[in-house]
Amino acid sequence: MTDSSLTRLTIAQAREKLASREISALELTEAYLSAIEAANEKLNAYVAVTPDKARAMAKACDARIAAGEARALEGIPLGIKDLFATEDVHTQAASHILDGFRPRYESTVTANLWADGAVMLGKLNMDEFAMGSSNETSYYGPVVNPWRAEGDDKPLVPGGSSGGSAAAVAAWLAAGATATDTGGSIRQPAAFTATVGIKPTYGRCSRWGIVAFASSLDQAGPIARDVRDAAILLRSMASVDPKDTTSVDRPVPDYEAAIGQSVKGLRIGIPKEYRVEGMSGEIEALWQKGIEWMREAGAEIVDISLPHTRYALPAYYIVAPAEASSNLARYDGVRYGLRVPGRDIVDMYEKTRAAGFGREVKRRVMIGTYVLSAGYYDAYYLKAQKVRTLIKRDFEEAFAAGVDAILTPATPSAAFGIAEQDMDADPVKMYLNDIFTVTVNMAGLPGIAVPAGLDGRGLPLGLQLIGRPFDEETLFRTAHVIEQAAGRFEPRRWW
Amino acid sequence: MSVDIETVKRVARLARIAVDEEEATRMTGELNAILGFVEQLGEVDVTDVEPMTSVIPISMKKRQDEVTDGGKAADIVANAPASEENFFVVPKVVE
Repeated sequence: MTDSSLTRLTIAQAREKLASREISALELTEAYLSAIEAANEKLNAYVAVTPDKARAMAKACDARIAAGEARALEGIPLGIKDLFATEDVHTQAASHILDGFRPRYESTVTANLWADGAVMLGKLNMDEFAMGSSNETSYYGPVVNPWRAEGDDKPLVPGGSSGGSAAAVAAWLAAGATATDTGGSIRQPAAFTATVGIKPTYGRCSRWGIVAFASSLDQAGPIARDVRDAAILLRSMASVDPKDTTSVDRPVPDYEAAIGQSVKGLRIGIPKEYRVEGMSGEIEALWQKGIEWMREAGAEIVDISLPHTRYALPAYYIVAPAEASSNLARYDGVRYGLRVPGRDIVDMYEKTRAAGFGREVKRRVMIGTYVLSAGYYDAYYLKAQKVRTLIKRDFEEAFAAGVDAILTPATPSAAFGIAEQDMDADPVKMYLNDIFTVTVNMAGLPGIAVPAGLDGRGLPLGLQLIGRPFDEETLFRTAHVIEQAAGRFEPRRWW
Repeated sequence: MSVDIETVKRVARLARIAVDEEEATRMTGELNAILGFVEQLGEVDVTDVEPMTSVIPISMKKRQDEVTDGGKAADIVANAPASEENFFVVPKVVE
């Protein structure tokens, strides 16, 4: 097979060809390494490539396959978001402040992937500390979306914060990728690149060894080419981990088995509050199409109300920065990363953090510090956590009334241009990208983004399905129905 | 609520981030934009609502209080910008 036909295989297809010895793991890995070498200068998806490690891992996979000992992901080449600690490999959360950091340990999620036979291609670009919705806050520069509008060469953002993960998967530079989602960072970039991204229930994937942003919201999940691949990856990523006290003691199901199961009789909720003011006609039409597809497949459509939806984003912009300001206190120039000398220790801290953090990170640390400071805690943080209880209650009531999953748009628009949104004048405008996704993090629920169509300029748009806690299986089942109806979307190669 | 430049400087000091006059001015505008946005939470009636402490109702995991790891001083200081004999080295803090 040629390199480009190798990299176009889905994980499920590659798994079959590897098992039948039609292709070797080394051959597959080499095809990806060549693709990365040819494309990365233009797309900037990888911040570090690990060819020697990839080849060594692939050779070991071939030996396993030959011995008849292949594991679930044997020989599948993956990209890893720079937020995951990978032993002795670049782990910097795309921040200047973690310059040179090479952990002496491996995150639980990546350790699970390697234990299942996956091959690491390298570390993927992202918004600094996962703070952003366009991948423009990375210290390593923006990632370029492999998608372009028809007849327009203007570079577009891949979304964020897992922009490198989404771009690498869409541009055939990885068979799949790890990602994380605190307010929409898996689902929004998946929607912008016509890939599938799932944020599982809070507690499903261990957070151990993932650089912390907002600990009560952060969850790891995969970005993949299709729904089946996402199910395959999540099964390996998820686990019960004694090293993470929020890891939930529940066995990990075989998610792939849910694919192809009928949705007949499932009740799909359509929340009226997601019909936001100023929403484009294209998004509205796409949503209607999704509703039709579910109905045609035999699901029952029910109108529901989630009255506190509009308060999720403002509550998020108190809770997430507050947790971030605490989590990022550890970057002080003492134990790892960058140090800028000062006249005394406080001066050293202040100069190190001033030089090491980018503008968006500083902004959020400042907001977090302010809302937690003496005299403001009740008015901001406590209030936001109470609103969060109400947001979760809205979902609980819908599920208690018999709704099995909720269908919404994934994003309010398609991908926008690099440097197009003037973050500096109004940071809130960028934050609005997460309006449909952030509620799910606030309530700890699972959510999947699945490609559903193209807009008038030929850019991908996605739909989101939200499920009950730990019912990822229903999400794979329903997302597969949308995927079957909508078809698959691939960018035209220009890079 | 909105913040003035003096508050921004005080918060920057609490957050241990050095800011100059120009940055403090810019941050004042940015922070006020965000604080203005979150102000709408004031509309929500939260009487008798408990604040969220955990999205998934699980009790805190506990384990036996015993040593399960350790003896890795060299690993711990391996990434330090400055270290000596497995100690982190910082500017003098006691005169």
